[in-house]
Amino acid sequence: METPLTQNIGPGKAPPNLAQYQANGGYEGLRNALNVSPEAAMDVVKESNLSGRGGAGFPTGLKWSFVPSGENSPTPKYLVANGDEMEPGTFKDRLLVEGDPHQLIEGMIISAYAIGASVGFIFLRCEYVLAAERCEKAIAECLENNLLGKDILGSGFDFELYVHGSAGRYICGEETALINSLEGRRANPRAKPPFPQVSGLWGKPTVVNNVETLCNVPHILRNGAEWYQNLGIGADSGTKLYGASGRVKTPGTWELPLGVPVRDLIEKHGGGMQDGYKMKGFLPGGGSTDFLTGEHLDLPMNYESIGKAGSRMGTGQLIIMDDQVCPVGMVLNLIQFFAQESCGWCTPCRDGLPQIQHLLEKLERGEGSWEELETLAEFPRFLGPGNTFCALAPGAVEPLQSALKYFKDDFDNHIKQKCCPYG
Amino acid sequence: MTQVISSDRVGPGGILSPQEIEEINADLSHYEDNQAVCIDALKIVQKHRGWVSDECVEAIADYLKISAAAVEGVATFYNLIYREPVGKKVIRVCDSVSCWVMGYETVRDRLKSELGIEYGETTADGEFTLLPGPCMGACDHAPVVMVDNDLHEDVDESKVKAIVEHYKP
Repeated sequence: METPLTQNIGPGKAPPNLAQYQANGGYEGLRNALNVSPEAAMDVVKESNLSGRGGAGFPTGLKWSFVPSGENSPTPKYLVANGDEMEPGTFKDRLLVEGDPHQLIEGMIISAYAIGASVGFIFLRCEYVLAAERCEKAIAECLENNLLGKDILGSGFDFELYVHGSAGRYICGEETALINSLEGRRANPRAKPPFPQVSGLWGKPTVVNNVETLCNVPHILRNGAEWYQNLGIGADSGTKLYGASGRVKTPGTWELPLGVPVRDLIEKHGGGMQDGYKMKGFLPGGGSTDFLTGEHLDLPMNYESIGKAGSRMGTGQLIIMDDQVCPVGMVLNLIQFFAQESCGWCTPCRDGLPQIQHLLEKLERGEGSWEELETLAEFPRFLGPGNTFCALAPGAVEPLQSALKYFKDDFDNHIKQKCCPYG
Repeated sequence: MTQVISSDRVGPGGILSPQEIEEINADLSHYEDNQAVCIDALKIVQKHRGWVSDECVEAIADYLKISAAAVEGVATFYNLIYREPVGKKVIRVCDSVSCWVMGYETVRDRLKSELGIEYGETTADGEFTLLPGPCMGACDHAPVVMVDNDLHEDVDESKVKAIVEHYKP
């Protein structure tokens, strides 16, 4: 089983410096890209079927193709690596940036070449201090070796790259909010259209790609689209950084073929549940995805199957709910996070999430009523897709709507017993 | 790296130190306009002074030739810009879902009793401020606590005292 993204990453292993990275095939993908036209480089990525690893799963090559090209297109164009990673329960981009910064940088240079970007930013959440330091160091090595800056490797292609540390806000992960944040503004999302590929940073064409997405690019250009397609299971291409947190024996992040069964993640790689705990449900891809349960363990962990089961693969990092935590309490914890992190721009999100929080707090204290439970059940529709300015609120209510579907008895018992049955 | 910034781009630095201005200038060189440097400028001032006072908001606004309201709007939006004085060390307890599943509350309560303060408060000797923090991206090692930029993983009640002791002067 090939694990290209984590080939240089291991526990306690320092990130490779430029020489070590190159000794292991690093920057060969870049050389291949620079030997062909930007369009041809983009075509390889399109053909590979690489899809966005930030959560939405949108085809990367297609996203790039919306950037206007040609002599009369607006310049400069920008490329941004989204390393905000504030989705609760997600810790994969940290591993990639800390473990192998050159891989991200090579992915960005190739991607910038394909879309014609001359300036790039690595947007990292504030807490990822080590990641930022390692990126700065790797960028300095690239500048010394003509891998960044003017006329990269004699190709005539120029690309500058900077690290930008966030000041902490979940909404910065949304690409238009991230762009506002890079412009030094409050990170409120922008209306779409225009999409950032046409009018993004300072009104110029901008592509925002997730860190993991960009880390795939060097390998695709080095080994080809067909090789990449064959890494995944069935129709899926490539590998995915899956992970699990909660009461499994060995929580962690693992690079596996895209489309492995959910069961493998929990039982094989996660080592199964800790002694004395049973799995009651799980969030498949971060705090803003719908709960699934034991009946879904044999599903392939890919965008399509998890979507058909009523959830989203999201970031691919499972959060396991065991039988000894209260589902109402877990949903309350998630809602508190989203209520706090709402940017406050649109009313359903700004006012709706605190109302849900209030009702859940009452319920959790044993002071809830049947009428309030009915009201709670209506909220996911009020805050659902189409009723809010961005995807924060629709994502925030996904755990609530699915908890009401799978764990309704737990909600009911809080009212019947006038207390939290989990103590 | 000292960048030469044209005088039509920046105003008087006021109470900003030469070091702060030099760091702000370095960022100015790779952004299209002054507003873009606003967040970095706030972080630079906070790095040197621990927090961002009203006077600093005004000084940043003057220097970047943007309105104080624009700087204040940004300063109050982001979680990690402190507009009130904080202790020499800021302890942040992850209160998000994976840490919650792993029972972070005992860690939180122990920290509060060890320090003798509640969330949002600073110890009487000015050493520590205790705050809740959103998911810190280390969920396979929950519960986690950050002391300034240091991440402490797999924390349980029994480790709290040693962590606090480690950072005492």
